[in-house]
Amino acid sequence: MNIQRLLAMAYKETLQVWRDPRSLAVALLMPLMQMGLLGYGVSLDIKHVPLCVYDQENSQASRSVVDAFTASSWFTISRTIGSEAGIRSAMNHGECAAAIVIPVDFSRTLAATGSAPVQAIFDATDVNTTNIAMGYVQGVVAQINATTDARWDASHGVQPSLVGQVDLEPSVWFNETLESRNFIIPGVVAVILALVGAQLTSLTISREWERGTMEQLISTPVTPLEVMFGKLIPYFAIGLLDAAFCLAVAAFWFRVPFRGSIGILFVTTALFDLVVLGIGYLISVRIRNQLGASQVALLLTMLPTTLLSGYTFPIDQMPAPIRALTLIVYSRYYVTILRAIFLKGSGLADLWTPVLGLVAYAAIIIWLAARAFRKHL
Amino acid sequence: MSPDNPAVLAEGLTKRFSGFTAVDHLDLRIEKGEVVGFIGPNGAGKSTTIRMLCGLLRPSEGRASVAGFDVGRQPEAVREHIGYMSQKFSLYGDLTVRENLRFFGGIYRVPHGDFNERMRFAISMAGLEGREDALVRTLAGGWKQRLALGCAILHRPPILFLDEPTSGVEPEARRLFWDLIHELAAGGVAILVSTHYMEEAEYCNRIALIDGGRLVAMGTPSELRQRSLGGDLFEVDCVPLGAALKALGSAQGVIEAAIFGDKLHVVLGQGGLSADELPRFLADRDIRVGSVRPATPSLEDVFVRLVSTTRETRAAS
Repeated sequence: MNIQRLLAMAYKETLQVWRDPRSLAVALLMPLMQMGLLGYGVSLDIKHVPLCVYDQENSQASRSVVDAFTASSWFTISRTIGSEAGIRSAMNHGECAAAIVIPVDFSRTLAATGSAPVQAIFDATDVNTTNIAMGYVQGVVAQINATTDARWDASHGVQPSLVGQVDLEPSVWFNETLESRNFIIPGVVAVILALVGAQLTSLTISREWERGTMEQLISTPVTPLEVMFGKLIPYFAIGLLDAAFCLAVAAFWFRVPFRGSIGILFVTTALFDLVVLGIGYLISVRIRNQLGASQVALLLTMLPTTLLSGYTFPIDQMPAPIRALTLIVYSRYYVTILRAIFLKGSGLADLWTPVLGLVAYAAIIIWLAARAFRKHL
Repeated sequence: MSPDNPAVLAEGLTKRFSGFTAVDHLDLRIEKGEVVGFIGPNGAGKSTTIRMLCGLLRPSEGRASVAGFDVGRQPEAVREHIGYMSQKFSLYGDLTVRENLRFFGGIYRVPHGDFNERMRFAISMAGLEGREDALVRTLAGGWKQRLALGCAILHRPPILFLDEPTSGVEPEARRLFWDLIHELAAGGVAILVSTHYMEEAEYCNRIALIDGGRLVAMGTPSELRQRSLGGDLFEVDCVPLGAALKALGSAQGVIEAAIFGDKLHVVLGQGGLSADELPRFLADRDIRVGSVRPATPSLEDVFVRLVSTTRETRAAS
């Protein structure tokens, strides 16, 4: 490989990206757009579920129940209602997704038996939201129970026993605030990098065929390796810049906790960048028109990265054959690494399997890409 | 390239695509400093031949060496020694004049010390002084072609392959382009240039005429004229034309006679009627003769004649 030819290739390619509005948009606007869309739009959490309250008793005890719901950020009390029919109409008008009904004898029953029913009603047209909201209601009720139990015990002169009392205290690790955003956003970086990297490089060879410049290029002494590496240099740099931007937005804007080493993050990001660039380049060599190449690139990067990388859908919950399939999805290794570095602060010792996966992938793809381009018409 | 090697030597060069033979056992020899015109109808195999000689297509049969290197086995060595202009304009339109030159200079590994001087030379050759920073796609045809030539010779190749370099370029710009070609040839560069403009064939030292993938004839323009007619052409101004045509048609030594406008074109071979005897011959038959002048047939006529006789003999055999 000759350095002068390599640099000439990189120089030309950089100028072309710089002057091509479409490539520039993919390189600069796409990450911004995707980060905003996926960062804000995709969230598996439901917050501030609108809740109606029908408090038939309106006692101190019943108000403390309502207060517990008000205090939780999962619910917002949208209305207090005075009748059963009011709940129905509120739900019909979309004013609430759930309602709680506190019976008129709530505090009396509670005082007598130590427990009292509270009714929860859900609008189950959106099953997913309902399931999650039901969980939240149980969470709030559990909280109320814990405090009232203690109060009831105290008022009845029962010593809280330490033996035999099972205290469920859920402990959440790594993502203490239990926000799905912290889980998703590191993966978004992989999606963006895969999209941008492969999109840009998928055009690089096909553009030369389409415009007729390829015939001139292959009549010169430039070698296939010089063509490949010369062309990939600017895209590699763009990929790293985009990744740095997205990672910074993840850490500083969305405040995803970052606990790992920047060094490992850089190395693995560079490896992943190489893989997606190599894939885009391979496609570009095979498909000699820009439109086709860019569509195939979309298919081979976006699809597996969004569906099979574990970025939104957990891999261990997939059926066995699909799980096996994810082994050849390069982004799953990077998503795993990203999450581990961000949330767990894992080092190389913990991450050697996915890192090795990426290294192997990068090596194979670059080897294939290097052999794919032939200087023939 | 050793001094006595021809710049280009092709022997039995053949290219078959699935179903048809684009180039059929072509022999070609081009010496240093020679401008060879590659002439033939569309689809005759000109571009395919040039692409094989540049190492872009692998020959199906036969062999060719360029600058002493085999095009099939040492294509990279061939590429170091050639400049090539493809039929379709193929510089980067989204790069400026200077950027294109810088790119090709880098690709051809022009030494740093020579870079600026060669770039200036190419720019002045293309007549693009003052437009170095214009995007190439904004240039008119003639400038584009001259710039493409400038890029193709940045590394001073001893051999140039130009595939229809002047197609679509206005006549004056074509003239300028041919001046450049002759300057390069005077410096010892061997040039194979294909064209479909017949008048451009005149500017070549030798012409290779090809049809149906086969070499029909090769020689200097005057050799080809001679060969195609089998004799010398004369233009005869006489009245009445019809009687003269009839009389000459059966005369010994007359290869061909035909009406050409208001005059007669007569081809005279060896050992029969000579040009000096022509006025007497016609006067004896009551034909008034104004003048008898030697004429040059247009190369177009020559090519049409050569191609059609070759096709006839091929069809007969």
